[in-house]
Amino acid sequence: MAGRALDEVFAAGAEGIRLAGDWTLRGLDAHLPALRVALATVHGDARWSLRAVRRMDSFGALLLWQAWGERWPVALEADEAQRAIIGRIEQSAAHALPTPARSPALDGVALLGAGLLAFAGHLAGFVALLGRLVLDLGHLLHHPRDWPLLEISANLYKVGVRAMPVSALVGFLIGVVLSYLSALQLRTFGADAFIVNILGMGIIRELGPVLVSVLVAGRSGSAMTAQLGVMRVTEEIDALAAMGVSRSLRLVLPKVVALTLAMPLLVLWTSAIALFGGWVSAWVELDIGLHFFLQALPDAVPVANLYIGLAKGAVFGFLIALVACHFGLRVQPDTESLSTHTTASVVAAITVVILVDAVFAIATRSIGLPL
Amino acid sequence: MSAPVLDDPAPAGRDAVVRLEGIVTRFGRNVVHEGLDLSIHAGEIVALVGGSGSGKTTLLRHVIGLTRPAAGGVEVFGEALDAGGAAERLARQRRMGVLFQHGALFSAFSVAQNIAFPLRELGVMSRQEIDRLVALKLEMVEMEAAHALLMPAELSGGMVKRVALARALALEPELLLLDEPTAGLDPDRSASFIRLIRALHRELGLTVVLVTHDLDTLAQMATSVAVLAERRIVSHASLDETLALDHPFVARFFRGLQARRSRSNGAGAG
Repeated sequence: MAGRALDEVFAAGAEGIRLAGDWTLRGLDAHLPALRVALATVHGDARWSLRAVRRMDSFGALLLWQAWGERWPVALEADEAQRAIIGRIEQSAAHALPTPARSPALDGVALLGAGLLAFAGHLAGFVALLGRLVLDLGHLLHHPRDWPLLEISANLYKVGVRAMPVSALVGFLIGVVLSYLSALQLRTFGADAFIVNILGMGIIRELGPVLVSVLVAGRSGSAMTAQLGVMRVTEEIDALAAMGVSRSLRLVLPKVVALTLAMPLLVLWTSAIALFGGWVSAWVELDIGLHFFLQALPDAVPVANLYIGLAKGAVFGFLIALVACHFGLRVQPDTESLSTHTTASVVAAITVVILVDAVFAIATRSIGLPL
Repeated sequence: MSAPVLDDPAPAGRDAVVRLEGIVTRFGRNVVHEGLDLSIHAGEIVALVGGSGSGKTTLLRHVIGLTRPAAGGVEVFGEALDAGGAAERLARQRRMGVLFQHGALFSAFSVAQNIAFPLRELGVMSRQEIDRLVALKLEMVEMEAAHALLMPAELSGGMVKRVALARALALEPELLLLDEPTAGLDPDRSASFIRLIRALHRELGLTVVLVTHDLDTLAQMATSVAVLAERRIVSHASLDETLALDHPFVARFFRGLQARRSRSNGAGAG
């Protein structure tokens, strides 16, 4: 292909320019760099002959039209079809593409305003969804038959049972690492036995719930947002509405209820495994036996901490599911929106969880601490 | 009412642009094609008709190379679909334009960017040239230049079809594959769509394969009709010959058209 000579399509002679061959995108492809140079050097009032051109498409015509300086040459030999194709290029100048609006100087302010308005919109939407959920619960109190039990149980399996292996693995490893690093410090002070206090308080009250929340937000929150988002794209949510089925009752409520129920259980499971991992590490590093570990744990960690941990789990689960549904229902029917909303859902869920965790820390500062 | 069929019978000596031989397609235990043969010659507009689920779209996907038949050979432009290196396959791919049933526009791109995308991928044109060609294609499919900045989500169904056609035409293909090109268009748009394809066929010598259920589209566009029934092509002939065919599927599918023809003939006689 590359070896073909330019004179197959373009020849400049004494009587003018003679074009030949295929003046199409594919035909000209191999000659293009040389052809551009050749066309640029042609004199403005040269004679042009297109008699030998076999085929011409709009790309070939565009090249010619540009070479002619966007006007018809004085002397041109071309048949009707060729003139028509080039004529279309001439006319297309009148329909130039609009350019996207340039950003004016005040754009920063407008951007800030738009951001704030979007945030307020999200807040309002979130509150509305919460209100909708409360109304649904009220409805369910009066109509117990309407409980979407099947959906709740399916969601419970998806967000709870299926999350157990990964949360166990992560919990175990975090327990091992935390215990190992603490053991190194404690040994220098000879305070080996306090490893139980550190692991117990840290994991049960704080690390367990937050760790599970981050995992669940990434695993189940994103899945919920993507599912609702795709259901919007494929008009499934509209189909539900057209059948008179409440989307909040059938789609949002089961997810929120299931995650609120599943999270405390996941927290319990993960915390237990993390404590076990911590003990394994403490046993290797500090030679602390399982019997001693289990005996010292209730003394070091008042049981109120367990309740706080479980309560946190329930609240975090509720928030993650609600945030995920909120973003899922706002997805616009295009892929870009789906990806931004899924990202936003996970980021917002984790942020909200950590914010609420701080609130928990302040609200429960006098509960469950030994001494 | 019936428009004359474009009178352009394919000469027997011409090369086949698409040649399918002994195609077998299975989905699980469901056999869709069994020993299917079809040749499409340069310059033809072939309408592929068949019942729902008879595997028309699947056949189109075989030609594009998106799916592979379980057995049999697919030849495009005289070469096997998977012949040659990656560059040759790509070059062959660029000689065909595809209009998917639902448009398949890239939803993250604007209309103009969608049409510009294949041109930009080619990497031989300047931005001005691309913009110019995009404007031209938009005009070709009767879209206003002002619509160029819209996103696919903001378009109506008919507009999506036209933008998708503009994108399929961007690389000046020699073979155009249309999956349900006029489905979802109003009769007026549908008629102008047909005019457009026929004009392109005339000017560029395109070969067109279309899958359609719309008898009007078929009658006004197709130079020949390939009937897919009983897992193979039972007939590939001009519309008139197809109408004369004694086959239960043909009788059912073309009943409306036959009735209309005989009615208009009767009116003409009386």
